[in-house]
Amino acid sequence: MRIVLNGDTMELRDASSLADLVEQLGLGGKRIAAEVNMEIVPRSQHATLRLNDGDQVEIVHAIGGG
Amino acid sequence: MSEQLRHDPLIIAGKEYSSRLLVGTGKYRDLDETRRAIEASGAQIVTVAVRRTNIGQNRDEPNLLEAVSPEKYTILPNTAGCYTADDAVRTCKLARELLDGHDLVKLEVLGDQKTLYPNIVETLKGAEMLVKDGFKVMVYTNDDPIVAKQLEDMGCVAVMPLGSLIGSGLGILNPHNIRLIMEAANVPILVDAGVGTASDAALAMEMGCEGVLMNTAIAAARDPLLMASAMRKAIEAGREAFLAGRMPRKKYASASSPMDGII
Repeated sequence: MRIVLNGDTMELRDASSLADLVEQLGLGGKRIAAEVNMEIVPRSQHATLRLNDGDQVEIVHAIGGG
Repeated sequence: MSEQLRHDPLIIAGKEYSSRLLVGTGKYRDLDETRRAIEASGAQIVTVAVRRTNIGQNRDEPNLLEAVSPEKYTILPNTAGCYTADDAVRTCKLARELLDGHDLVKLEVLGDQKTLYPNIVETLKGAEMLVKDGFKVMVYTNDDPIVAKQLEDMGCVAVMPLGSLIGSGLGILNPHNIRLIMEAANVPILVDAGVGTASDAALAMEMGCEGVLMNTAIAAARDPLLMASAMRKAIEAGREAFLAGRMPRKKYASASSPMDGII
């Protein structure tokens, strides 16, 4: 299936969870926040949320700023 | 020394801070310089931006929140780069999730890229939405006293008028307006943006501002660590001078040495 991650199209194994994606990106255990189709997904639900073809996923972190 | 000076905390949303200097984390050479400059500034409230993670290109990228730990500092996520209320609210919600439910945010909704001047219509809209959603909002705004009062009335926990444009280092261009804002305010007024050097920060504090938020003045100094230390002192000196109450300005001289016993 295909998702859009942070604005870029990405191929992903069918039936992946959000946690699978986070792990695959090397972001497991890091301080991040995720949104699927404009809805925040709390960290506690990353493992149970199944991604679907066409999902828009945003993963953000904190960087330097004023 | 008065009792007031020994215990004179900045209170934001019910929480006490001994430092009245708030600093940003942008524009530093690396995270180590960020960490050391913030330490030298003595700041307890530290702003961060929320951005997309890079997706797998740089797996070992160091994390800002490891250098500036939420256990040690009050992290103040900003909405920099947002040009609409909706984008700002979305950013704040992501920040709240990122910081485990921490709900103190800095709202800034910008008008254009050249001036980074706040878009007040969208700022007011964003503030209303965020307060309704339970956020504690510290809001970046222009130096308009009417707007500042409206933001306070909406429930913002602090109002932060600009001294001058973000990153300009031009100092406080309209101190009279900042005074008008402070006169009417029942929430802390902090100067956010425009400070260029220590005297600008001291001036803000001498005028009676509750605090100053700055980033570029420290990060873009030739020696950021030394400037961070200078700013810490300027904020403290300005605050003490405000509390001490300056002498009246006089037209003519008044001798400091007694006239009696002159040879």
